[in-house]
Amino acid sequence: MGMLNNRMNLFVIIVGLLLFLLPFIYESRTLLILLTQIFIFAIFAMSYDLLLGYTGIVSFGHAMFFGIGAYSTGIILHRMESTIFTVLLSLLVGILLSLVISILVGFLTLRLKSHFFAMLTLAFASLFLVVAEKWRTLTYGNDGFTFPLPEFLRDRTYFYLVSLTFMIAIYFLLKRFTESPFGKVLVAIRENERRVESLGFHPLYYKVIASVVAGTTASISGSLYVLSLRFVNTSVFTMEMTLDALLMTIIGGVGTLIGPIIGSGLIEFAHHLLTDLASISPIFERWIIFFGILYILTVIFFPLGIVGTIRNRISGKGKKEKYAKKTVAG
Amino acid sequence: MEVLLKTENLETFIGQYHILQGVTFEAIRGEVTVLLGRNGAGKTTTLRTILGLSPPSRGKVFFKQKEIQELPTYKTANLGIGYVPEDQGIFPYLTVEEHFKIATKGKGDKVNERIETTLALFPDLKQFWRKQAGVLSGGQKQMLAIARAYINYNELLMIDEPSKGLAPIVVEKVMETLERMKGETTIILVEQNYLMAEYLGDRFYIIDDGKTVLSGEMKELKEHEEWRKKYLGIS
Repeated sequence: MGMLNNRMNLFVIIVGLLLFLLPFIYESRTLLILLTQIFIFAIFAMSYDLLLGYTGIVSFGHAMFFGIGAYSTGIILHRMESTIFTVLLSLLVGILLSLVISILVGFLTLRLKSHFFAMLTLAFASLFLVVAEKWRTLTYGNDGFTFPLPEFLRDRTYFYLVSLTFMIAIYFLLKRFTESPFGKVLVAIRENERRVESLGFHPLYYKVIASVVAGTTASISGSLYVLSLRFVNTSVFTMEMTLDALLMTIIGGVGTLIGPIIGSGLIEFAHHLLTDLASISPIFERWIIFFGILYILTVIFFPLGIVGTIRNRISGKGKKEKYAKKTVAG
Repeated sequence: MEVLLKTENLETFIGQYHILQGVTFEAIRGEVTVLLGRNGAGKTTTLRTILGLSPPSRGKVFFKQKEIQELPTYKTANLGIGYVPEDQGIFPYLTVEEHFKIATKGKGDKVNERIETTLALFPDLKQFWRKQAGVLSGGQKQMLAIARAYINYNELLMIDEPSKGLAPIVVEKVMETLERMKGETTIILVEQNYLMAEYLGDRFYIIDDGKTVLSGEMKELKEHEEWRKKYLGIS
């Protein structure tokens, strides 16, 4: 396991370096914008993986934190002078708001059983969506609003590098977190919450902390998302956002952190490619159908997600399971 | 003789079923107290009730003379009560090392010393140190579950059917290990395997239909075949 981890870290560092060099050796504005989107959604999906993959919490309201980050940045840059200071301030405000709300929502909801918890998080996220739609003086409702960016962030290459740095830094921070004794307790909670309790741990406390870390990370991705668009509207609070994170995590491989990055890349690329194909044949206008097929195929051939299935094959678990089944059958 | 744990007329419902209808027993410090009874008599529920996993509707639990039946499970466990459940309750995706580190809560000056002492008692676990617990055999999982409860020097260990589902040779190994632990800690043992219970136990309580119906020293039960026939269905 340790060697596999070291290899994975090395792989991330090498790919990260190549991605850093990319804008200087290959000039494509479209590719830069696409990769920037991938990095931002990878952060969002990693935050969801912390909940789903490591703690076993299924949340339908994770977009709430993405939206909080998005609106914090949007509103501050819209109302204040656009400088590096205000951008940092807006990130910090998003993080603090997410922290407070994730603690409150966590203590109110995480005592519940999984499906009740999932529904309640959905209700909370819907509440934020309604507030964003109705508080028009602040949010301009569903129409949203644009805001100016400081000079240095208007450069697509620069913003690409900023997003990549955030993604890699967050990956290593979350990896450190999940490999710490605290992270191992989270995995134990995912596997058997009652047993963890009988070892003397208070699962609610651990789940709330996981939810806070996931919420604040999602808020950072929300802030970066609207900085990349220079526009924010209520779509950041919708269920689709949470579902995107869920799909990215499942396709990439839950409980792996690297999986959500790969899942994000696959989904964003597939989305981009299928939308482009619409100009060739009208059938591709219904790109969502192909998207569904892609998802079904991934689940069939990579039941543990791409990274999870590959890891299993490398460690020989798949073979052992097949052998065990054959032996039992024979 | 110091009474470490005592229950008084414990009554517990699981759903609509009245499982425990008056369980009273004592565990003496340093001894192995065996809870015996037929399947479904309420032995496992008794352990779960003590730990707060199935809270009692009536009755009291005293640990070192303090009432603990109202406490949440994690607080009860932190008083120094280790629990080895019937299904072992290991975490398949965590390594043996991670199980140990979680159990010790990764803090305290003597963590390494505690790990070494425990590994001396469970030497087989050393070779699987960095293996995920899911790939261990049934016997190794059982050893890991007992080691996890033992490592914190808990004052009381509650072990639920450690021989269940294991091959006879593995059962012998588990028995040897528990025998070595005897005297170092107080044990409440729930066991269907009468030979194991007789070998390890100092004192017994028979639970029948959710009530304690008979108790005494283990040697008394050994001498009274008619008790064994009547309550346990064995001669």
